[in-house]
Amino acid sequence: MERTPSSEVPGHVALKTMDQKNKIYSTLDEAVVDIPDGATIMFGGFGGAGFPNNLIQGLARQGAKSLSVISNNCGTGEGELGILFKNKQIRRVVAAFPGPAAKYFQEQFDAGEIELELVPQGILCERMRAFGAGIPAFFSPVGVGTEVARGKEEREIRGKRYILEQELGADYAFIRAQRSDHMGNLIYRKAARNFNPIMATAAKITIVEVEEIVPTGELDPETIVTPSIFVDRIVQAAGKRCV
Amino acid sequence: MSKTRLTREQIAERAAMELPEGAYVNLGWGIPNLIAAYVPAGINIYFHSENGILGMGPRAKRGEEDLDLVDAMKVPVTLLPGGAYFSQDDAHVMTRGGHLDVSILGGLQVAENGDLANWRVPGARGAGNIGGAMDISVGAKRLIVAMEHNTKDGSPKIVKQCTYPLTAIECVDTIITDLAVIDVLPDGLVLREIAPGFTPDEVQELTEPKLRYCEKILTISLPGH
Repeated sequence: MERTPSSEVPGHVALKTMDQKNKIYSTLDEAVVDIPDGATIMFGGFGGAGFPNNLIQGLARQGAKSLSVISNNCGTGEGELGILFKNKQIRRVVAAFPGPAAKYFQEQFDAGEIELELVPQGILCERMRAFGAGIPAFFSPVGVGTEVARGKEEREIRGKRYILEQELGADYAFIRAQRSDHMGNLIYRKAARNFNPIMATAAKITIVEVEEIVPTGELDPETIVTPSIFVDRIVQAAGKRCV
Repeated sequence: MSKTRLTREQIAERAAMELPEGAYVNLGWGIPNLIAAYVPAGINIYFHSENGILGMGPRAKRGEEDLDLVDAMKVPVTLLPGGAYFSQDDAHVMTRGGHLDVSILGGLQVAENGDLANWRVPGARGAGNIGGAMDISVGAKRLIVAMEHNTKDGSPKIVKQCTYPLTAIECVDTIITDLAVIDVLPDGLVLREIAPGFTPDEVQELTEPKLRYCEKILTISLPGH
Protein backbone atom coordinates (compact mmCIF):
# COMPACT_ATOMS: atom_id res chain seq x y z
CA MET A 1 0.00 0.00 0.00
CA GLU A 2 1.29 3.47 -0.90
CA ARG A 3 1.53 5.95 1.92
CA THR A 4 2.48 9.58 1.90
CA PRO A 5 6.05 9.71 3.22
CA SER A 6 5.91 11.11 6.71
CA SER A 7 8.49 13.77 5.88
CA GLU A 8 5.96 15.47 3.63
CA VAL A 9 3.48 16.00 6.48
CA PRO A 10 4.84 18.27 9.16
CA GLY A 11 4.58 16.70 12.61
CA HIS A 12 3.51 13.38 11.22
CA VAL A 13 5.15 10.25 12.58
CA ALA A 14 5.34 7.23 10.31
CA LEU A 15 2.35 4.96 10.79
CA LYS A 16 3.03 1.84 12.74
CA THR A 17 0.93 -0.52 14.71
CA MET A 18 0.77 0.37 18.38
CA ASP A 19 1.13 -3.16 19.73
CA GLN A 20 4.76 -3.21 20.71
CA LYS A 21 4.27 -4.80 24.11
CA ASN A 22 3.50 -8.46 23.77
CA LYS A 23 0.58 -9.11 26.08
CA ILE A 24 -0.40 -12.46 24.63
CA TYR A 25 0.35 -15.56 26.67
CA SER A 26 0.28 -18.89 24.92
CA THR A 27 -1.06 -20.90 27.85
CA LEU A 28 -3.38 -20.32 30.80
CA ASP A 29 -0.76 -21.67 33.19
CA GLU A 30 1.84 -19.16 31.99
CA ALA A 31 -0.62 -16.32 32.46
CA VAL A 32 -1.00 -17.06 36.19
CA VAL A 33 2.37 -18.60 37.08
CA ASP A 34 3.65 -15.64 39.10
CA ILE A 35 0.62 -15.04 41.34
CA PRO A 36 2.11 -15.05 44.85
CA ASP A 37 0.60 -16.37 48.06
CA GLY A 38 -1.42 -13.66 49.77
CA ALA A 39 -2.33 -11.84 46.55
CA THR A 40 -5.61 -9.91 46.23
CA ILE A 41 -7.51 -10.94 43.10
CA MET A 42 -10.77 -9.74 41.54
CA PHE A 43 -12.88 -12.19 39.54
CA GLY A 44 -15.51 -11.12 37.00
CA GLY A 45 -18.72 -13.03 36.38
CA PHE A 46 -22.38 -13.08 37.46
CA GLY A 47 -25.12 -15.68 37.22
CA GLY A 48 -22.91 -18.22 35.48
CA ALA A 49 -21.97 -15.77 32.70
CA GLY A 50 -18.62 -14.07 32.17
CA PHE A 51 -16.58 -16.02 34.70
CA PRO A 52 -12.89 -16.49 33.87
CA ASN A 53 -13.29 -20.18 34.60
CA ASN A 54 -10.21 -21.23 32.66
CA LEU A 55 -7.97 -18.80 34.54
CA ILE A 56 -9.54 -19.98 37.80
CA GLN A 57 -8.66 -23.55 36.89
CA GLY A 58 -5.14 -22.37 36.07
CA LEU A 59 -4.89 -20.75 39.51
CA ALA A 60 -6.14 -23.96 41.11
CA ARG A 61 -3.31 -25.87 39.38
CA GLN A 62 -0.80 -23.17 40.28
CA GLY A 63 -1.75 -23.46 43.94
CA ALA A 64 -1.25 -19.93 45.36
CA LYS A 65 -2.54 -19.78 48.95
CA SER A 66 -3.94 -17.25 51.44
CA LEU A 67 -5.62 -15.34 48.64
CA SER A 68 -7.95 -12.38 49.17
CA VAL A 69 -10.67 -12.54 46.57
CA ILE A 70 -13.15 -9.91 45.40
CA SER A 71 -16.10 -11.32 43.51
CA ASN A 72 -19.86 -10.94 43.37
CA ASN A 73 -20.32 -14.52 44.56
CA CYS A 74 -18.34 -17.46 45.90
CA GLY A 75 -18.87 -20.20 43.34
CA THR A 76 -21.41 -22.92 42.69
CA GLY A 77 -20.19 -26.25 44.00
CA GLU A 78 -16.74 -26.73 42.45
CA GLY A 79 -17.60 -24.40 39.58
CA GLU A 80 -16.46 -20.80 39.19
CA LEU A 81 -14.59 -19.82 42.38
CA GLY A 82 -15.72 -23.03 44.10
CA ILE A 83 -12.59 -24.97 43.21
CA LEU A 84 -10.36 -22.37 44.92
CA PHE A 85 -12.42 -22.68 48.12
CA LYS A 86 -12.37 -26.47 47.85
CA ASN A 87 -8.56 -26.32 47.61
CA LYS A 88 -8.47 -23.96 50.62
CA GLN A 89 -6.57 -21.35 48.64
CA ILE A 90 -8.71 -18.45 49.93
CA ARG A 91 -8.40 -16.64 53.25
CA ARG A 92 -10.52 -13.52 52.78
CA VAL A 93 -13.53 -12.63 50.64
CA VAL A 94 -15.19 -9.40 49.59
CA ALA A 95 -18.55 -10.26 47.99
CA ALA A 96 -22.12 -9.02 47.52
CA PHE A 97 -23.88 -12.36 47.19
CA PRO A 98 -21.81 -15.36 48.33
CA GLY A 99 -24.72 -17.48 47.13
CA PRO A 100 -26.70 -20.48 48.33
CA ALA A 101 -24.73 -22.79 46.01
CA ALA A 102 -21.32 -21.75 47.36
CA LYS A 103 -20.91 -25.02 49.26
CA TYR A 104 -17.18 -24.89 50.02
CA PHE A 105 -17.25 -21.21 50.92
CA GLN A 106 -20.20 -21.73 53.29
CA GLU A 107 -18.51 -24.66 55.03
CA GLN A 108 -15.32 -22.72 55.61
CA PHE A 109 -17.22 -19.57 56.59
CA ASP A 110 -19.27 -21.50 59.15
CA ALA A 111 -16.04 -23.04 60.48
CA GLY A 112 -14.54 -19.57 60.92
CA GLU A 113 -11.76 -20.26 58.44
CA ILE A 114 -12.66 -17.43 56.08
CA GLU A 115 -13.03 -13.73 56.69
CA LEU A 116 -15.93 -12.12 54.81
CA GLU A 117 -16.76 -8.53 53.98
CA LEU A 118 -20.30 -8.28 52.57
CA VAL A 119 -20.74 -5.28 50.29
CA PRO A 120 -23.86 -4.07 48.48
CA GLN A 121 -23.42 -4.99 44.84
CA GLY A 122 -23.54 -1.51 43.35
CA ILE A 123 -21.14 -0.24 46.01
CA LEU A 124 -18.78 -3.10 45.19
CA CYS A 125 -18.71 -1.75 41.62
CA GLU A 126 -18.45 1.86 42.70
CA ARG A 127 -15.54 1.20 45.08
CA MET A 128 -13.69 -0.39 42.17
CA ARG A 129 -14.54 2.52 39.93
CA ALA A 130 -13.19 4.87 42.62
CA PHE A 131 -9.91 2.97 42.82
CA GLY A 132 -9.54 2.84 39.06
CA ALA A 133 -10.38 6.53 38.77
CA GLY A 134 -8.07 7.76 41.52
CA ILE A 135 -10.80 8.61 44.04
CA PRO A 136 -9.80 7.34 47.51
CA ALA A 137 -13.27 7.45 49.08
CA PHE A 138 -16.77 8.73 48.42
CA PHE A 139 -20.08 9.32 50.20
CA SER A 140 -22.94 6.96 49.40
CA PRO A 141 -26.57 6.61 50.51
CA VAL A 142 -26.50 2.81 50.28
CA GLY A 143 -26.48 1.00 53.60
CA VAL A 144 -27.22 4.05 55.77
CA GLY A 145 -28.79 2.80 59.01
CA THR A 146 -27.87 -0.85 58.27
CA GLU A 147 -25.07 -3.25 59.24
CA VAL A 148 -23.13 -2.01 56.24
CA ALA A 149 -22.71 1.41 57.88
CA ARG A 150 -20.98 -0.03 60.94
CA GLY A 151 -17.69 1.76 61.64
CA LYS A 152 -18.08 4.13 58.70
CA GLU A 153 -18.11 7.91 58.89
CA GLU A 154 -21.60 9.32 58.36
CA ARG A 155 -22.29 12.78 57.04
CA GLU A 156 -25.40 14.77 56.20
CA ILE A 157 -25.24 16.41 52.80
CA ARG A 158 -28.10 18.70 51.74
CA GLY A 159 -30.33 17.14 54.38
CA LYS A 160 -29.69 13.48 53.50
CA ARG A 161 -27.57 10.87 55.30
CA TYR A 162 -24.54 9.29 53.61
CA ILE A 163 -21.70 6.98 54.62
CA LEU A 164 -18.08 7.12 53.56
CA GLU A 165 -17.00 4.21 51.36
CA GLN A 166 -13.38 3.42 50.56
CA GLU A 167 -11.88 2.61 47.16
CA LEU A 168 -11.31 -1.06 46.39
CA GLY A 169 -8.37 -2.23 44.30
CA ALA A 170 -6.52 -5.48 43.74
CA ASP A 171 -3.15 -6.88 42.70
CA TYR A 172 -4.78 -8.81 39.87
CA ALA A 173 -8.09 -8.92 38.04
CA PHE A 174 -9.09 -12.15 36.32
CA ILE A 175 -11.69 -11.36 33.70
CA ARG A 176 -13.35 -12.89 30.67
CA ALA A 177 -14.23 -11.26 27.35
CA GLN A 178 -15.44 -12.53 24.02
CA ARG A 179 -12.78 -10.96 21.82
CA SER A 180 -9.48 -9.16 22.19
CA ASP A 181 -7.09 -7.69 19.70
CA HIS A 182 -3.33 -8.01 20.19
CA MET A 183 -3.28 -4.85 22.29
CA GLY A 184 -5.99 -5.98 24.68
CA ASN A 185 -8.94 -3.93 23.48
CA LEU A 186 -11.94 -5.97 24.61
CA ILE A 187 -15.45 -6.71 23.47
CA TYR A 188 -17.87 -8.70 25.62
CA ARG A 189 -20.93 -10.77 24.85
CA LYS A 190 -24.42 -9.96 26.19
CA ALA A 191 -24.77 -10.23 29.99
CA ALA A 192 -21.35 -11.88 30.28
CA ARG A 193 -19.95 -8.35 30.50
CA ASN A 194 -21.15 -7.68 34.10
CA PHE A 195 -18.23 -6.95 36.48
CA ASN A 196 -15.45 -7.57 33.95
CA PRO A 197 -14.94 -4.02 32.60
CA ILE A 198 -14.94 -2.29 36.00
CA MET A 199 -12.54 -4.85 37.49
CA ALA A 200 -10.15 -4.31 34.58
CA THR A 201 -9.76 -0.70 35.74
CA ALA A 202 -9.10 -1.53 39.40
CA ALA A 203 -6.18 -3.99 39.39
CA LYS A 204 -2.44 -3.54 38.98
CA ILE A 205 -2.40 -6.45 36.53
CA THR A 206 -5.48 -7.44 34.55
CA ILE A 207 -5.47 -10.88 32.97
CA VAL A 208 -8.17 -11.64 30.43
CA GLU A 209 -9.23 -14.94 28.94
CA VAL A 210 -10.95 -14.56 25.60
CA GLU A 211 -12.64 -16.76 23.08
CA GLU A 212 -10.89 -15.13 20.17
CA ILE A 213 -7.84 -12.94 19.55
CA VAL A 214 -7.98 -10.84 16.38
CA PRO A 215 -5.32 -8.67 14.73
CA THR A 216 -4.99 -5.14 16.06
CA GLY A 217 -7.13 -2.78 14.04
CA GLU A 218 -9.82 -5.32 13.36
CA LEU A 219 -12.16 -4.30 16.19
CA ASP A 220 -14.40 -1.34 15.46
CA PRO A 221 -13.10 1.36 17.83
CA GLU A 222 -16.70 2.51 18.39
CA THR A 223 -17.60 -0.84 19.94
CA ILE A 224 -14.59 -1.43 22.21
CA VAL A 225 -15.81 -1.65 25.82
CA THR A 226 -12.49 -2.04 27.65
CA PRO A 227 -9.67 -0.05 26.05
CA SER A 228 -6.29 -1.80 25.98
CA ILE A 229 -4.72 0.46 28.61
CA PHE A 230 -6.57 -1.58 31.27
CA VAL A 231 -5.36 -4.97 30.05
CA ASP A 232 -1.97 -6.54 30.75
CA ARG A 233 -2.19 -10.21 29.80
CA ILE A 234 -4.32 -11.94 27.18
CA VAL A 235 -4.81 -15.65 26.87
CA GLN A 236 -7.06 -17.49 24.48
CA ALA A 237 -9.44 -20.01 25.99
CA ALA A 238 -11.55 -20.81 22.97
CA GLY A 239 -14.45 -23.15 23.29
CA LYS A 240 -13.87 -23.54 27.01
CA ARG A 241 -16.80 -21.49 28.11
CA CYS A 242 -17.85 -23.37 31.19
CA VAL A 243 -16.30 -25.68 33.69
CA MET B 1 -68.16 -13.92 51.00
CA SER B 2 -65.52 -16.43 51.96
CA LYS B 3 -62.22 -15.14 53.17
CA THR B 4 -59.63 -15.74 50.47
CA ARG B 5 -55.99 -14.81 50.85
CA LEU B 6 -54.27 -14.19 47.53
CA THR B 7 -51.89 -16.85 46.21
CA ARG B 8 -48.29 -15.86 45.46
CA GLU B 9 -49.24 -15.65 41.79
CA GLN B 10 -52.17 -13.38 42.63
CA ILE B 11 -49.95 -11.09 44.70
CA ALA B 12 -47.72 -10.88 41.61
CA GLU B 13 -50.74 -10.18 39.43
CA ARG B 14 -51.91 -7.37 41.72
CA ALA B 15 -48.38 -5.92 41.85
CA ALA B 16 -48.19 -5.94 38.04
CA MET B 17 -51.20 -3.60 37.98
CA GLU B 18 -49.07 -0.92 39.68
CA LEU B 19 -46.71 -0.65 36.68
CA PRO B 20 -47.38 2.36 34.45
CA GLU B 21 -46.98 2.27 30.68
CA GLY B 22 -43.37 2.72 29.59
CA ALA B 23 -41.85 2.21 33.03
CA TYR B 24 -38.30 0.98 33.60
CA VAL B 25 -38.62 -1.65 36.31
CA ASN B 26 -36.42 -3.95 38.40
CA LEU B 27 -37.92 -7.07 39.93
CA GLY B 28 -36.29 -8.83 42.88
CA TRP B 29 -36.23 -12.40 44.15
CA GLY B 30 -39.30 -14.22 45.42
CA ILE B 31 -42.83 -13.15 44.48
CA PRO B 32 -41.54 -10.20 42.38
CA ASN B 33 -39.89 -12.70 40.07
CA LEU B 34 -43.40 -13.88 39.05
CA ILE B 35 -44.64 -10.41 38.10
CA ALA B 36 -43.37 -10.09 34.51
CA ALA B 37 -45.83 -12.75 33.36
CA TYR B 38 -48.79 -10.65 34.58
CA VAL B 39 -48.12 -7.31 32.92
CA PRO B 40 -51.50 -6.37 31.41
CA ALA B 41 -51.78 -6.62 27.62
CA GLY B 42 -51.01 -3.33 25.90
CA ILE B 43 -48.71 -2.09 28.67
CA ASN B 44 -45.02 -1.90 27.71
CA ILE B 45 -42.57 -2.36 30.56
CA TYR B 46 -38.78 -2.27 30.20
CA PHE B 47 -37.31 -4.69 32.70
CA HIS B 48 -33.87 -4.02 34.16
CA SER B 49 -31.54 -6.68 35.46
CA GLU B 50 -28.59 -5.69 37.65
CA ASN B 51 -26.19 -7.86 35.67
CA GLY B 52 -26.47 -5.42 32.79
CA ILE B 53 -29.68 -5.85 30.83
CA LEU B 54 -32.41 -3.34 30.02
CA GLY B 55 -35.40 -4.46 27.97
CA MET B 56 -35.24 -8.02 29.23
CA GLY B 57 -37.82 -10.29 27.61
CA PRO B 58 -39.40 -13.54 28.73
CA ARG B 59 -37.54 -16.69 29.69
CA ALA B 60 -35.77 -18.28 26.69
CA LYS B 61 -37.55 -21.16 24.95
CA ARG B 62 -36.23 -24.63 25.52
CA GLY B 63 -33.35 -25.28 23.17
CA GLU B 64 -32.83 -21.54 22.58
CA GLU B 65 -31.12 -20.74 25.87
CA ASP B 66 -27.99 -18.60 25.72
CA LEU B 67 -25.94 -18.90 28.91
CA ASP B 68 -24.47 -15.43 28.30
CA LEU B 69 -27.99 -13.99 28.53
CA VAL B 70 -29.34 -14.75 31.99
CA ASP B 71 -31.30 -12.74 34.54
CA ALA B 72 -30.20 -12.01 38.11
CA MET B 73 -31.54 -15.40 39.16
CA LYS B 74 -29.41 -17.17 36.55
CA VAL B 75 -32.42 -18.02 34.36
CA PRO B 76 -31.78 -17.84 30.59
CA VAL B 77 -33.88 -14.96 29.26
CA THR B 78 -34.31 -13.02 26.02
CA LEU B 79 -33.78 -9.43 24.93
CA LEU B 80 -36.61 -7.39 23.44
CA PRO B 81 -36.13 -5.04 20.47
CA GLY B 82 -34.69 -1.82 21.91
CA GLY B 83 -32.96 -3.67 24.72
CA ALA B 84 -29.36 -3.00 25.70
CA TYR B 85 -26.42 -4.62 27.45
CA PHE B 86 -24.08 -2.76 29.80
CA SER B 87 -21.79 -3.41 32.73
CA GLN B 88 -22.72 -4.08 36.36
CA ASP B 89 -21.53 -0.63 37.44
CA ASP B 90 -23.77 1.04 34.86
CA ALA B 91 -26.61 -1.24 35.96
CA HIS B 92 -26.25 0.21 39.45
CA VAL B 93 -25.89 3.76 38.18
CA MET B 94 -29.47 3.06 37.07
CA THR B 95 -30.58 1.63 40.45
CA ARG B 96 -28.83 3.89 42.92
CA GLY B 97 -28.98 6.96 40.70
CA GLY B 98 -32.77 7.07 40.75
CA HIS B 99 -33.29 6.19 37.10
CA LEU B 100 -35.68 3.26 37.56
CA ASP B 101 -39.35 4.20 37.73
CA VAL B 102 -40.45 1.30 39.91
CA SER B 103 -38.65 -1.47 41.75
CA ILE B 104 -40.47 -4.38 43.33
CA LEU B 105 -38.68 -6.45 45.95
CA GLY B 106 -39.59 -9.30 48.24
CA GLY B 107 -39.64 -8.64 51.98
CA LEU B 108 -39.09 -10.32 55.31
CA GLN B 109 -40.27 -7.30 57.31
CA VAL B 110 -41.48 -3.81 56.52
CA ALA B 111 -41.75 -1.22 59.29
CA GLU B 112 -44.37 1.48 59.56
CA ASN B 113 -41.80 4.13 58.62
CA GLY B 114 -40.94 2.24 55.40
CA ASP B 115 -37.79 0.49 56.64
CA LEU B 116 -37.22 -2.76 54.73
CA ALA B 117 -35.53 -5.97 55.88
CA ASN B 118 -35.20 -8.56 53.14
CA TRP B 119 -31.72 -10.10 53.02
CA ARG B 120 -31.13 -12.14 56.11
CA VAL B 121 -33.10 -14.04 58.73
CA PRO B 122 -31.35 -13.61 62.08
CA GLY B 123 -29.89 -16.86 63.34
CA ALA B 124 -29.99 -18.50 59.92
CA ARG B 125 -26.92 -20.45 58.91
CA GLY B 126 -24.52 -18.89 56.46
CA ALA B 127 -23.23 -15.48 55.65
CA GLY B 128 -26.33 -13.86 54.15
CA ASN B 129 -26.61 -12.34 50.71
CA ILE B 130 -27.10 -8.63 50.10
CA GLY B 131 -26.79 -8.67 46.32
CA GLY B 132 -28.25 -5.57 44.68
CA ALA B 133 -31.15 -5.06 47.09
CA MET B 134 -29.58 -2.21 49.09
CA ASP B 135 -28.69 -0.20 45.98
CA ILE B 136 -32.13 -0.84 44.47
CA SER B 137 -34.02 0.11 47.66
CA VAL B 138 -32.15 3.36 48.12
CA GLY B 139 -32.52 4.51 44.54
CA ALA B 140 -35.97 3.48 43.34
CA LYS B 141 -38.30 6.35 42.47
CA ARG B 142 -41.06 4.09 43.76
CA LEU B 143 -40.37 0.95 45.81
CA ILE B 144 -43.06 -1.69 46.14
CA VAL B 145 -42.64 -4.70 48.41
CA ALA B 146 -44.58 -7.82 47.38
CA MET B 147 -44.71 -10.41 50.14
CA GLU B 148 -46.95 -12.56 52.30
CA HIS B 149 -48.72 -10.59 55.05
CA ASN B 150 -47.64 -12.96 57.81
CA THR B 151 -44.88 -15.47 58.46
CA LYS B 152 -45.62 -19.19 58.40
CA ASP B 153 -46.29 -19.09 62.16
CA GLY B 154 -48.70 -16.18 61.69
CA SER B 155 -46.52 -13.34 62.98
CA PRO B 156 -46.97 -10.00 61.25
CA LYS B 157 -44.34 -9.09 58.67
CA ILE B 158 -45.55 -5.50 58.73
CA VAL B 159 -44.13 -4.29 62.04
CA LYS B 160 -43.57 -1.20 64.16
CA GLN B 161 -39.82 -1.68 63.93
CA CYS B 162 -37.85 -4.26 61.96
CA THR B 163 -36.01 -6.81 64.09
CA TYR B 164 -34.26 -8.37 61.09
CA PRO B 165 -31.13 -6.81 59.54
CA LEU B 166 -32.16 -3.81 57.45
CA THR B 167 -31.84 -3.50 53.71
CA ALA B 168 -32.55 0.24 53.69
CA ILE B 169 -34.31 2.80 55.84
CA GLU B 170 -37.54 4.63 54.97
CA CYS B 171 -37.56 3.32 51.43
CA VAL B 172 -40.86 1.44 50.90
CA ASP B 173 -43.76 3.26 49.21
CA THR B 174 -46.33 0.49 48.88
CA ILE B 175 -46.78 -3.00 50.35
CA ILE B 176 -48.75 -5.61 48.43
CA THR B 177 -49.57 -8.80 50.32
CA ASP B 178 -51.98 -11.72 50.18
CA LEU B 179 -54.31 -9.63 52.38
CA ALA B 180 -53.91 -6.01 51.49
CA VAL B 181 -52.49 -3.12 49.53
CA ILE B 182 -50.99 -0.62 51.94
CA ASP B 183 -49.32 2.70 51.21
CA VAL B 184 -46.50 3.95 53.40
CA LEU B 185 -46.99 7.67 53.92
CA PRO B 186 -44.88 10.05 56.02
CA ASP B 187 -47.48 9.86 58.82
CA GLY B 188 -47.97 6.10 58.74
CA LEU B 189 -49.61 3.21 56.92
CA VAL B 190 -52.81 3.60 54.92
CA LEU B 191 -54.94 0.58 54.07
CA ARG B 192 -56.09 0.98 50.47
CA GLU B 193 -57.35 -2.47 49.41
CA ILE B 194 -58.17 -5.75 51.13
CA ALA B 195 -58.49 -9.37 50.03
CA PRO B 196 -62.00 -10.69 49.26
CA GLY B 197 -64.07 -11.47 52.36
CA PHE B 198 -61.80 -9.75 54.88
CA THR B 199 -62.73 -6.69 56.90
CA PRO B 200 -60.30 -3.85 57.58
CA ASP B 201 -60.31 -4.78 61.27
CA GLU B 202 -59.28 -8.36 60.44
CA VAL B 203 -56.35 -7.05 58.39
CA GLN B 204 -55.44 -4.73 61.28
CA GLU B 205 -55.42 -7.75 63.62
CA LEU B 206 -52.73 -9.38 61.46
CA THR B 207 -50.65 -6.20 61.24
CA GLU B 208 -48.55 -4.85 64.12
CA PRO B 209 -48.61 -1.07 63.57
CA LYS B 210 -51.80 0.95 63.44
CA LEU B 211 -53.36 1.19 59.99
CA ARG B 212 -55.30 4.20 58.88
CA TYR B 213 -58.24 3.22 56.75
CA CYS B 214 -58.67 4.82 53.37
CA GLU B 215 -62.08 6.51 53.06
CA LYS B 216 -63.23 3.91 50.58
CA ILE B 217 -61.34 0.65 50.95
CA LEU B 218 -61.62 -1.47 47.82
CA THR B 219 -61.59 -5.23 47.50
CA ILE B 220 -58.53 -6.39 45.59
CA SER B 221 -59.74 -7.18 42.12
CA LEU B 222 -57.65 -8.95 39.54
CA PRO B 223 -58.21 -8.89 35.80
CA GLY B 224 -59.99 -12.02 34.66
CA HIS B 225 -61.25 -12.94 38.16
